[in-house]
Amino acid sequence: MSRRVGVIRFPGTNCEFDTRDAINELGGEAKILWHSDTDLGDVDAIVIPGGFAHGDYLRCGAIARFSPIMDAVSTFARNGGPVLGICNGFQVLTEAGLLPGALQKNVGLKFLCRMEQIQFVSTANVVGLGASKGDLLDIPINHFEGNYVCAKETLDQLEEENRIVFRYTDNPNGSMGDIAGISNQSGNVVGMMPHPERATSMLLGSNDGASLLQSLLFTGRAAST
Amino acid sequence: MAPEDASVHRSLGLSDEEYEIIHELLGRHPNHLELAMYSVMWSEHCSYKSSKIHLKRLPTEAPWVLVGPGENAGVIDVGDGIAVAIRIESHNHPSAIEPYQGAATGVGGILRDIFTMGARPIAVMDPLRFGPLDDPRSRWIAEGVISGVSGYGNSVGVPTVGGEVVFDETYKGNPLVNVLAMGVLPVERLVLGQASGVGNLAVLLGASTGRDGIGGVSVLASAGFDEGSEDADKRPSVQVGDPFEEKRLLEACLELLDEGLVTGIQDLGGAGITCATSETASRGGAGMDVDVSAIHSREEGMEPFELMTSESQERMLAIVEPASLDRVLEISSRWEISASVIGRVTGDGQLRILDGFDGEVLAELPASTLHDDAPEYDRPLAPPENLIERQSLDASGGPVDCAANLLTLLRDPAWVYSQYDHQLFLNTVVGPGSDGALLRLRDPKTGRETGRALGMSTDGNHRWCHVDPRQGTTMVVAEAVMNIACVGAEPMAVVNCLNFGNPEHPEVMWQLSEAIDGMSEACRAFNAPVVGGNVSLYNETNAVDIAPTPVVGVIGMHPKLSKLPPGMTLVPDLTLVLVGQQPHEDVSMAGSRWAWEIGGCKDGTLPEFDLFQTVRTAAYVTEIVQRNQVEAVHDVGEGGLAVALAEMAVHNGIGMHISGFDGHRALFNESGGRVIVALSPADLESFLKETSNRAVPAQMIGSTGGSSLVLGSTINLSIDDLTRAARDELPQALGQGTVSG
Repeated sequence: MSRRVGVIRFPGTNCEFDTRDAINELGGEAKILWHSDTDLGDVDAIVIPGGFAHGDYLRCGAIARFSPIMDAVSTFARNGGPVLGICNGFQVLTEAGLLPGALQKNVGLKFLCRMEQIQFVSTANVVGLGASKGDLLDIPINHFEGNYVCAKETLDQLEEENRIVFRYTDNPNGSMGDIAGISNQSGNVVGMMPHPERATSMLLGSNDGASLLQSLLFTGRAAST
Repeated sequence: MAPEDASVHRSLGLSDEEYEIIHELLGRHPNHLELAMYSVMWSEHCSYKSSKIHLKRLPTEAPWVLVGPGENAGVIDVGDGIAVAIRIESHNHPSAIEPYQGAATGVGGILRDIFTMGARPIAVMDPLRFGPLDDPRSRWIAEGVISGVSGYGNSVGVPTVGGEVVFDETYKGNPLVNVLAMGVLPVERLVLGQASGVGNLAVLLGASTGRDGIGGVSVLASAGFDEGSEDADKRPSVQVGDPFEEKRLLEACLELLDEGLVTGIQDLGGAGITCATSETASRGGAGMDVDVSAIHSREEGMEPFELMTSESQERMLAIVEPASLDRVLEISSRWEISASVIGRVTGDGQLRILDGFDGEVLAELPASTLHDDAPEYDRPLAPPENLIERQSLDASGGPVDCAANLLTLLRDPAWVYSQYDHQLFLNTVVGPGSDGALLRLRDPKTGRETGRALGMSTDGNHRWCHVDPRQGTTMVVAEAVMNIACVGAEPMAVVNCLNFGNPEHPEVMWQLSEAIDGMSEACRAFNAPVVGGNVSLYNETNAVDIAPTPVVGVIGMHPKLSKLPPGMTLVPDLTLVLVGQQPHEDVSMAGSRWAWEIGGCKDGTLPEFDLFQTVRTAAYVTEIVQRNQVEAVHDVGEGGLAVALAEMAVHNGIGMHISGFDGHRALFNESGGRVIVALSPADLESFLKETSNRAVPAQMIGSTGGSSLVLGSTINLSIDDLTRAARDELPQALGQGTVSG
């Protein structure tokens, strides 16, 4: 089996090519899927990349969740297919109800683009293969709305169910519990604000994102075989 | 047609003489619509009527230049079948009135100039200049402009990889918001903004045309600011940007170009549809019939002159063969952008504005007259009357407290650039906050890495150029070249944004003329032709002109990038060497930040500048960076040696011991053409031998280590104090929050 990854492109998405190139570089086979399609085709995993889907108008991800392809993504996710939402993709997943909580404006009320250190809290998910709890990674953030919020009970539940994937070591945006990424209950759907595709070469300052995408490729293959 | 009331052409910004020229060209009196069209096209902003005569002196040619000045963007051939399109523009006046939208639409406009050439824009740089930080209105403008660049640039999906942020009294009423964009394309996809082929269709793509920005180029860009209350009236001339519309327009246009569906394409910026239709027609040696009723408009009842001169953003005009129209409409619809056939290419050279293709003729004029017959002025120029007196001043006096002065002069721009996405497209090897940006060059067709990288920098210095516009501009170009040398790139081309005051003041024309000569000299010496530019005049408030501020963007090539260039990264126990111009005791402080901001003297005579020594120095620095032969490298720029050393120390949290530089003259003078290099002590001897062989002056000045910056007996400051001073200034002044955007 090849490691075929569908990368969803909404009007306004801007990290689709970076994500595709990073996956291909790691031996995957990425293809761009258009938001108005209703069929994912033959893919082993899905990435919803960063950007400003539908201009982020109304609210980040609020319009994207109604794009026709999202029904197929939901079905794929419910059937255990690996889905990774990066940045705007994370926002879309929360709006689509595939992950709990929401992402609001950073506490500093400024867009932030910079390298951040994050720590693996749970590896029981599609990006954690080969990683250990406590691993530190340097991965850039690039967002205005990355401040994760959810109900107190939800936060407790995320902790209990081991679904907090990453925490920031120095919280840049005010996220509850320093959360940088979470998963669903079965760990096949992960949303994260930092951009792993931007940390795939030492020429870009870090290679720490490569293992996350590699994990997705392996679990993608495992899920489909 | 009845002669127009004289007040009409004057209110549109045309002089009586210009009206007479139009009268003669047409052989009759123009009607109101025709006058409106001439007024926007003959505005200073569109016609360069005051500067053209001087711009001709700039060197513009080299074997690698594919498209020089005069098109939407300059294009150079960078090898492997790849071309690079580059352009810089100003959006000064709109940003003074409406900072967020002014800056946002500045970014939008320059991006369209790049994809008009068939290139995907992959980088933006923003040289920004504002009034002083202690002025509330200047802070409001700075905050709004930075938010506008961030809000629009990030959303449209083009990384902002560098720029400048400068605060000075001279920009208090008139900020400078310049923006440079660069894109890559396969050489064979290069398209020019021209209409040819009689019967071909002009398709207006993108946003609907509204009443925003009517006459922006003539009302706003080509006149100065007077009292604040009147400026508020100019607000309707500022356009409103929609980055999501631009993003879809960009992707749709790139698809049209990929599929070879357009014969020519032109963005709509200043002067709107009038400019786009007349430029494409006259470049193609053709004419065009334009149906105003076919223009998709934002509101009912817009007058033809409003439709023809509106500067609504996010619009493009594509010239397509009738057979391609269906496919063009299909791609437009997929990207959810509107498309209307508004024109037909004709063979008679006339631009006819019609109400319905078979309807009433609203205007008819030879298309080329809007460009080629624009007046060209050789305005009177004269140096300032007190020039000799000004030059004789000594700029080194003032309250000398070197340690305190250094803390004042340090400024970390991270607060600004962390608001910009500077990483998108995975090319940014060296980003903002460094000397120059360095971007991996990948094949635009295959995405494959070429193993090469593009270096870019924008630079300006109003202090140097106020003291001496000619030498100051030469030094500005040298500074930009030295910045890209520090990331290993050899210069290939220059673009310029000439921000000056009122051209009707002879002193301003003298500054412009001198600056162009200084730029020409430097560009020839570095073998980097000027491939495009923009002239922004009338930067004045209450008849006071800004200090002359030519800003240049330089692009160059790093031929073989296999690992990170040395950058500013230090470890303890390295030897520090000053390469390039060496100090002498009575060096002039004129034009330095110290003299302006601390000493309080803005005049004098600039330090001597050896252009050819600087050419050798830059070439040598480029080589050692390309070979990763040194541990660290950093250009000495604004603030002089002390600031450059402190920046390196703060960047690494490592101290330094420097000897031989005592007193404020040695530490803060701004002699050009200098670079600090850090290397292992064992390499010093061979390094000095090599520099000597290359006729590049160099001397050891100290070493790294400890937790303090020790500059002789003059300065001893802890890294912590320096870090706080650098890091906290902008966030403290500009605040954490914003309500705009």
